[in-house]
Amino acid sequence: MIDAIAWFCLITGALLGLSAGVALVRFPDLLSRMHAATKPQVLGLLLVLTGCALRMRDHVGVMALVAVFQMATAPVAAHMVGRAGYRSGRVREDLLVTDELADAPAAPGSR
Amino acid sequence: MITGRRRDRCVAAAALTLIWTMLWGSVTPLTVVGGLIVSAVVLTVFPLPAVTYAGRIHPIGVLRFAARFAVDMVVASAQVAVLAFRFGTVPRSAVIAVRMRAPSDLGLTLTAEALSLVPGSLIVEVDRERGVLYVHVLGVSSLAEVERFRGEVLALERRIVHAFGSAAERRIVEEATP
Repeated sequence: MIDAIAWFCLITGALLGLSAGVALVRFPDLLSRMHAATKPQVLGLLLVLTGCALRMRDHVGVMALVAVFQMATAPVAAHMVGRAGYRSGRVREDLLVTDELADAPAAPGSR
Repeated sequence: MITGRRRDRCVAAAALTLIWTMLWGSVTPLTVVGGLIVSAVVLTVFPLPAVTYAGRIHPIGVLRFAARFAVDMVVASAQVAVLAFRFGTVPRSAVIAVRMRAPSDLGLTLTAEALSLVPGSLIVEVDRERGVLYVHVLGVSSLAEVERFRGEVLALERRIVHAFGSAAERRIVEEATP
């Protein structure tokens, strides 16, 4: 039973990792790609770690740390890349329904 | 506020020691003492600005937030995966500004981090002084959907304030919610 759950977690996690990779290649602009770098990638890693923990019953503490730090750092990394991309104009404006940052009073954060 | 500062440092040292022992994978006197020494050195050499935390942790709010967050993360991953394999269309998106109602430093950080892991949103820019988050929304095609999404961001802020916020913040958020 536990093996079946571990099997399910590992396969699903790997597939999510694959879909994150495909999304990185196929999405039209940088900001969209950053979505792929955060959500499916983080959940995929969490599932693979869960599967490993169920199978190995060892090093669970280290795996929990990996999971926590992944969830804490991936959004920040995506934010930094996305922000740099936005500021240097790497945004497909024809794909944006609305852009409220462009009409913002002053460049925020630029102190 | 020397006592508050000292309490913050003790919490940080305890957390660092816990991480250290988890990395070693065993709780022995050597790893615990080693962890305490390392965390003392780290906190002395790299002092961080004090985090003002006026709130209080509400267990029920935390559980509600965590449960919703877990569901959201699965939905978010599925959404991006589906968009990745949908051929023939280019997903459209938007950048929206959402003004937080209770912009404490910690609340802003938590909301920004959580936003990047829930469906459709990614943080692009944070205006700390005005308490405004600029959010990139993936897979929207009309302004009506954008407005609906703005509501979802504020709902997420509300859940976070209910989990970690202070009484004053909870009141502000409750008054703002119709």
